[in-house]
Amino acid sequence: MNATIASITFRAMLGRRRALLLLVLPFLLLALAIGLRAADVADLDVSAGVLQRFGLATLLPLLALIAGTGVIGPEIDDGQIMYVLTKPIPRRVIVLTKLAVAIVLVVAFGVVPTLLAGLVLTGTTAQVAAAFTAGVLVGGIAYTSLFVALAVLSRNAVTIGLLYALVWEALLGSVAPGARSASVQQWAMSVTDALTDASAVTSTVRLPVALALLAAVAVAGCVLAVARLRTLPVAGAE
Amino acid sequence: MTTSMIHDIGYRRYEGRRLGRAYVLRSMYVHNLRAAFGLGRPARAKVMPFLLAAIMLLPAVGAVAAVGLADLTDPPIRYSQYAVSLQVIIAIFLATQAPVLVSRDLRHRVVPLYFSRPVDHLDFVLAKLGALATALFGMMAVPVTVMYIGSLVNKMPHASRHLAEYLAALAGCALLALVLAAIGTVVAAFTPRRGFGVAAVVAVYLLSATFVLILQGLAELRTQFALAGWMGLFTPFNLVDIVQVRLLGAEQSSAAVAPGPVGGLVALLLCAVLVVGSVPVLYQRFRKAGLS
Repeated sequence: MNATIASITFRAMLGRRRALLLLVLPFLLLALAIGLRAADVADLDVSAGVLQRFGLATLLPLLALIAGTGVIGPEIDDGQIMYVLTKPIPRRVIVLTKLAVAIVLVVAFGVVPTLLAGLVLTGTTAQVAAAFTAGVLVGGIAYTSLFVALAVLSRNAVTIGLLYALVWEALLGSVAPGARSASVQQWAMSVTDALTDASAVTSTVRLPVALALLAAVAVAGCVLAVARLRTLPVAGAE
Repeated sequence: MTTSMIHDIGYRRYEGRRLGRAYVLRSMYVHNLRAAFGLGRPARAKVMPFLLAAIMLLPAVGAVAAVGLADLTDPPIRYSQYAVSLQVIIAIFLATQAPVLVSRDLRHRVVPLYFSRPVDHLDFVLAKLGALATALFGMMAVPVTVMYIGSLVNKMPHASRHLAEYLAALAGCALLALVLAAIGTVVAAFTPRRGFGVAAVVAVYLLSATFVLILQGLAELRTQFALAGWMGLFTPFNLVDIVQVRLLGAEQSSAAVAPGPVGGLVALLLCAVLVVGSVPVLYQRFRKAGLS
């Protein structure tokens, strides 16, 4: 961890309008939760559905994509990363610091709002709120690690991340069951499923497998990002 | 005593024929259209647009092949349904390419270079909007056309009905392209960093789509079908689908559509407001960025 890199990254992520974009996402989830509660349609099935489809399947990948690629992508893009790389700081520390910043952002703008929305929707019934918070947290760490690695590997990281999150997980997941089991979203759902006895929450992956895969993705993302940053060819801005 | 003097270095103004506003507009339009597919830029910039275009074509080719091999009498995908079914791909294309057209000029501060030439500020904006809309239209219209040609080649029955549906779907695609281009360029214009621009555009699409879909599901659960239909106005693909269904006689492709011709007219009006409204917003944005 390097405090200077962390503070610079925080400033870059939360400067000016970017914080606004990050704030709008959880705000929508909370608005939806409060609206449903006020309209009195928030029974357990509906609440779990909303938390899953809006919180876990839409908000989380989007947020992890913005945070994960945002902490390092733009710097590589315009060559500013050189000023960090030429300092005597191990690349491992740079990647881990950036990853930590991204995870903090995902927790602040994704996990905490999910917990609040869950509490608004269901209170403490069947631990749905806590279960989804845990699911979003572990899913968020895996997603963020994955997207940080993508951002180091490719200039098209955001698009590739979108193709994965929207096409692979959402589109193919609804057509081909095999694709559904091989997705961070399902593994996070498995964690959620294990923590709540609400029948609306189901997953296709067993918990030990899911946890192992989540950990594997998170670690592999870190390792890949570090390895790639070691040999990063730095071209000027395009 | 000063010995300064003014030399006549023979500078002369250009007094020949100028190519005019239409030529400028056309040049910028062509340049932006090429940029939308990464043409004239390194291979890295071409990968994503062409990959997405290929993905868009895949189901159409598959549908034609399926019809030819299995002798179906109806196409497996309706023409008007195509864009709505593949909305995710179109949205990703919009999200990756709108910032390419809009954000790069702002970020690298080259807008003043444009405006130091006889380029009308309005033309500058219209060229960008038009080019993005054309690119989006191409993305959607080419696969639909492939399917139509496939129906002719396979000699499917009801040729005249096919033609009518095909033309209606093209009109729907054109409207959708305009609406999406308007939304995409406006959002991208306010997020000059490329990565954030992509995320912002896709966030607008994804959140509105999911939000509306969840509320529609809840409304239908409570048998308020009209309400569910009206909610479709708040997400671009459903909005255009309402116009397709109510005014162009297509079959419904979204979860719910607003009732009656009134719904169609309201949706069309909203589309027009979005498209026309984006022009002054972009105009203001680029004029300011050009000066500062």
